[in-house]
Amino acid sequence: MAEEVKLMKGNEAIAHAAIRYGADGYFGYPITPQSEIMETLMEEKPWETTGMVVLQAESEVAAINMVYGGAGSGKAVMTSSSSPGISLKQEGISYLAGAELPALIVNVMRGGPGLGTIQPSQADYFQTVKGGGHGDYRLITLAPASVQEMADFVKLGFDLAFKYRNPAIILADGIIGQMMEKVVLPPFQPRLTDEQIRAARPWAATGKTKNRKRNVITSLELDPARMEENNIRFQAKYREIEKNEVRYEEIGCENADYLIVAFGSMARICQKAQELARAEGINVGVLRPITLWPFPSEIISHYADKVKSMISVELNAGQMVEDVRLAVNGRVKVEHFGRLGGIVPTPDEVVNAIKEKLL
Amino acid sequence: MNDIVKPENLVYSKPRLMNDNPMHYCPGCSHGVVHKLIAEVIDEMGMEENTIGIAPVGCAVFAYNYIDIDWEEAAHGRAPAIATAIKRLNPDKMVFTYQGDGDLAAIGTAETIHACNRGENIVIVFINNAIYGMTGGQMAPTTLEGMVTATCPYGRNVELYGYPLKISDLVVKLDGACYVTRQSVETAAAVKKAKKALRHAFENSMAKKGTSLVEFVSTCVSGWKMSPENANKWLQENMFAKYPLGDLKNV
Repeated sequence: MAEEVKLMKGNEAIAHAAIRYGADGYFGYPITPQSEIMETLMEEKPWETTGMVVLQAESEVAAINMVYGGAGSGKAVMTSSSSPGISLKQEGISYLAGAELPALIVNVMRGGPGLGTIQPSQADYFQTVKGGGHGDYRLITLAPASVQEMADFVKLGFDLAFKYRNPAIILADGIIGQMMEKVVLPPFQPRLTDEQIRAARPWAATGKTKNRKRNVITSLELDPARMEENNIRFQAKYREIEKNEVRYEEIGCENADYLIVAFGSMARICQKAQELARAEGINVGVLRPITLWPFPSEIISHYADKVKSMISVELNAGQMVEDVRLAVNGRVKVEHFGRLGGIVPTPDEVVNAIKEKLL
Repeated sequence: MNDIVKPENLVYSKPRLMNDNPMHYCPGCSHGVVHKLIAEVIDEMGMEENTIGIAPVGCAVFAYNYIDIDWEEAAHGRAPAIATAIKRLNPDKMVFTYQGDGDLAAIGTAETIHACNRGENIVIVFINNAIYGMTGGQMAPTTLEGMVTATCPYGRNVELYGYPLKISDLVVKLDGACYVTRQSVETAAAVKKAKKALRHAFENSMAKKGTSLVEFVSTCVSGWKMSPENANKWLQENMFAKYPLGDLKNV
């Protein structure tokens, strides 16, 4: 059978991919620019087909706690929101990490701080990869740059979340959420049965059977010695993820004199800027981190010995640039260029920034 | 002595689902009795393998240490949201939350109201002792007028702090709530009645009748700074006036 190509928004692709993945539940609260995710799910009525539960919660806080509850019972559950709503979810995300629960979160970023704007932004980078909620935890962070990746990262996010028993987040932005592109949706896979869940996820609160001890989903441990042990276990898991799950895309980086580091929609704009710069004889490569945590430090470090300088181009005031600088460790100049508050730069602006800051 | 230890002389035994972990509750606290009743009801309904409890933040945060079923520990106030998802994703399970007054009627008011309004097929067990126990006796939304706590040391003044919140009376108005009742466990007779109420609530949840809320008007001997006996007396003389016992709704 030929691949079925469809035209849709990134947000819609997330919804369709979730149904096709065999997700057990979605819990959300409307906020622009990502409301199409829940709207599409409600329109598709997956409870009548795959049995997926879709519920509009009373708040983002309730929604993320519904995710906690569902994940604790061993189900594949997700939520989505945009920046202000994601701030509200931080408590729950910290609890998910603390209780080692797999879940998928989607943030279609908009400009902040505060209520900010509904236009695209990448200003939640720090919040997502450096913590956001309280405590020493990490979120597996996937940054899609196309509608196709919005669809593909649903399965990838769930798979990584279950592999490591850790929440994963798709960190998109208003452009990727709203733009329409061609997409090949992933194939349908059935939801796990309760028996399969009991076998695959023996830690879950599925009802205590006679042959095992009770399962308790909790992040609480008042004995500091044991709480330290828990933290050491989390950190070991995070090192394992850093070792195994780094993902990135190199676009014309070999033999480049200058390197742009950019993620998500900004990486797409930077590819056009790369073309324009090359036409002017400026040999620029684009390195696109796909996982923002774990961060592709090694490959950036590799290029630090090859290029003359680097620039981190972001829809924020300079967040990822800090991680680029850490990877480079002073070997070459690393600059930042960004537009703020929902403004998206043109490729020309990026080329000008390269000329001003790098040459 | 040993002659009288015969099955036919047995008048009381520890519920099978209560384990031997030493309880952290204060002697005279209502929590222990309510835990026992829940353990008995789950066992008598034969639902041990199909029950998931949600523990709160507050004194009952460790409820999961005592009743031998699967549990999820909630963030403060969020238990009804967690229960909502568990029940919807696992409709054949019996799901209940166990929450104190701060958890249910202050920080978790929205989750309480909306879970009840959606008519989630869950049981909400509500311990109202009019004070925050775990954090050391601060004012609760249900603290009585004039009552002294660590954060209203001169007594609850309604001009400053507002009025005691009768949240069960609010829940009664919600179409999704099928059973709302106020019980207590300070006398043997009350314990017997309370157990029947709990059983009714759990049966409602499995019969998909909607949300059942069982409020226990309770004591907090440490927070109230009273002996268990005096706390029971104070409960009857003061708490019952504001929070009268009995069914508020039963459809």
